[in-house]
Amino acid sequence: MFGLEALDLARMQFAFTVSFHILFPAITIGLASFLAVLEGLWLKTHEAAYRDLYHFWSKIFAVNFGMGVVSGLVMAYEFGTNWGGFSDFAGAITGPLLTYEVLTAFFLEAGFLGVMLFGWNRVGRGLHFFSTVMVAIGTLISTFWILASNSWMQTPQGYQIVDGRVIPVDWLAVIFNPSFPYRLAHMAIAAFVATAFFVGASAAWHLLRGRDNPAVRKMFSMAMWMALIVAPVQAFVGDMHGLNTLEHQPAKIAAIEGHWDNVPGEPSPLILFGWPDMQAEKTRFAVEVPYLGSLILTHSLDRQIPALKTFPPEDRPNSTIVFWSFRVMVGLGLLMIAVGVFSAWLRWRGKLYSCKPFLYLALYMGPAGLIALLAGWFTTEIGRQPWVVYGLMRTAHASSNHDAVQMSITLGLFVVVYFSLFGVGFSYMMRLVRKGPVTHEGTHQPHGGPGQPRTPARPLSASHDTQEA
Amino acid sequence: MGIDTSLIWAIIIIFGVMMYVVMDGFDLGIGILFPFVKAEQDRDVMMNTVAPVWDGNETWLVLGGAALFGAFPLAYSVVLSALYLPLIFMLMGLIFRGVAFEFRFKARENKRHIWDKAFIGGSLAATFFQGVALGAFIDGIPVVERHYAGGALAWLTPFSLFCGLGLIAAYALLGSTWLIMKTEGPLQARMYQVTKPLILVLLAVVGVVSLWTPLAHGDIAQRWFSTPNLFWFLPVPLLVLATVAGLWWAVGRGANYIPFLLTLLLIFLGYSGLGISLWPNIIPPAISIWDAASPPQSQSFMLVGTLFILPFILGYTFWSYYVFRGKVTAEDGYH
Repeated sequence: MFGLEALDLARMQFAFTVSFHILFPAITIGLASFLAVLEGLWLKTHEAAYRDLYHFWSKIFAVNFGMGVVSGLVMAYEFGTNWGGFSDFAGAITGPLLTYEVLTAFFLEAGFLGVMLFGWNRVGRGLHFFSTVMVAIGTLISTFWILASNSWMQTPQGYQIVDGRVIPVDWLAVIFNPSFPYRLAHMAIAAFVATAFFVGASAAWHLLRGRDNPAVRKMFSMAMWMALIVAPVQAFVGDMHGLNTLEHQPAKIAAIEGHWDNVPGEPSPLILFGWPDMQAEKTRFAVEVPYLGSLILTHSLDRQIPALKTFPPEDRPNSTIVFWSFRVMVGLGLLMIAVGVFSAWLRWRGKLYSCKPFLYLALYMGPAGLIALLAGWFTTEIGRQPWVVYGLMRTAHASSNHDAVQMSITLGLFVVVYFSLFGVGFSYMMRLVRKGPVTHEGTHQPHGGPGQPRTPARPLSASHDTQEA
Repeated sequence: MGIDTSLIWAIIIIFGVMMYVVMDGFDLGIGILFPFVKAEQDRDVMMNTVAPVWDGNETWLVLGGAALFGAFPLAYSVVLSALYLPLIFMLMGLIFRGVAFEFRFKARENKRHIWDKAFIGGSLAATFFQGVALGAFIDGIPVVERHYAGGALAWLTPFSLFCGLGLIAAYALLGSTWLIMKTEGPLQARMYQVTKPLILVLLAVVGVVSLWTPLAHGDIAQRWFSTPNLFWFLPVPLLVLATVAGLWWAVGRGANYIPFLLTLLLIFLGYSGLGISLWPNIIPPAISIWDAASPPQSQSFMLVGTLFILPFILGYTFWSYYVFRGKVTAEDGYH
């Protein structure tokens, strides 16, 4: 269909389902820690705004968590249904890591999530706070396992190949593979930043509508502190991640930079913009800054950065895509840093909550963190092509033998089902956001929850609003 | 080490799938029975009987998938590739059912019928394709050099389609007897009505599958009908007949709990029969759990965490059913 081969369709399908899925866990990770901080501050200061914010965001957290679980169900099967070659080859390592991720998630749900969502008035404050903290830690442990698996596929070690299949030799080496610490830090911070901008945009929306109350101000203020402090930290961590990639996956860096060849003895320039052309083996319309490539990537003025032409054509990732996905990520990252700096200046001038242009900026920057996160994933995943397990297995050998027709049918189904169902879920989340924090929430006994006969104890049930409210 | 981790993992996965079939079975059954109950209030009650537990039930499906991946990667790779379309359709059905479940309660009156339809359609599709996948699995999966060697539609056989319909009957019976246990008044009376024909349909299904399978597969016939196996396995069909008779009698005299418990026994016996036919193959007809196993260092690494966490999941499951015991009436609001 449209000249696409089954392999392209399989990759598109995985990219589509995993991109959809990743948004929910990212917000889950960020909100869980945000909620733990809010509850901690409420217990410490007894300021009502913190408690109101806790209840407001825990409802949104619950809906988001539910959608993450539903979209994750597909992921647990997709490795087998679509990537049979990979599952057989690497299942002995990625399978157990995925199992641990699933076990962590269920352990959480079995234990602490119910208490966190339904236990506000049923258990002691300390136990409730403990549950929230455990949920927050749990989301990070889940991230740990899933990124250990992904990082191992990027920079494999601690294995042996026997009969054409991977066998784990040293689990610690497998888990703590070279790219893992950087990827884990970069992803966890990305989730925090994305959530901060989501929260900030919600607050800006209310402020722009004149709903100026202590809770709304508080969440706007917290989001902007995050933007000021964490967005620059992310840039720093991202740089380290890039240097790590340079060491272990030089072809990815060459493709990101659209850098085709080096002149002997000369430092490498940095191409700011251009259009890498894979057929012509050059980057068209390139706007270059001399020395900058060497400066950024080697932190020197003479060493060269890797060039794409030094890799055989069949080993080159698609530079056209990763060149741009990387620049989208970096561009948004710089914008987010700018928002943080701007917010600090307004805060100093006492205009943080009243400067309309800035509130509009914060509103439109709401999805920026999530888009940057997706762009980053596109960069790292397309950049490690043509390998599914770097240097060990090519993506072309990883897929199951499905034909283009059935791949097209299922891809179409996924697109229709995901957009309609998660669209409804997303608009429901937005409806909750629009309602805003309610003062004195949580002072009465809510319905439902574990320990109460005949009432639900499930994430989505934690929100009581009707859809069209 | 002397410990057969493949065997332990096979037992864990068989147990997990059993938990899934039993528990998601009755809540999918409720979706299947929805068209037979028209009153909005009764439909609310039906959903309320499973509202607190349904998505915990799906836990076992995810755990089963992940455990299969880690412990038996070859089976995960081949079986899931072979059953690609039915499994994707099943997952779509489950997604529809899950989202409909929650949003039906949050929707306005005039939109609710849309979610009712999504709930019915999702439950039917998930069940049907689960049955189709099961049938195709029993029929066997051709493997050449560790890859699935059949076509895209090889799963589409009269036998697999029959298994799909059969599973709809099985889950409907689980659902109707669950509702007999959990409800009262007119809804319960309606469930007594639909249960009797369902018993007959399911008995016919079990009979046909029990004959069709050995007729189509000589090795399975050999396993059942050679001596001394025949004497060991004979209790299974006899117990099935006794259970069906007991079920019929219990429904006739208006028992509350016994019909559901006997249906559980019936499903368990059917599952055991299946196990006898296929053991120890994890990819019928020829690849055993040991052939498909990942290396011991993978299986034992997973086992540590699983044995630690499984008791918590079981404990929580037991507790949520315990909390939720007793009849559900229209007065018990969901929200």
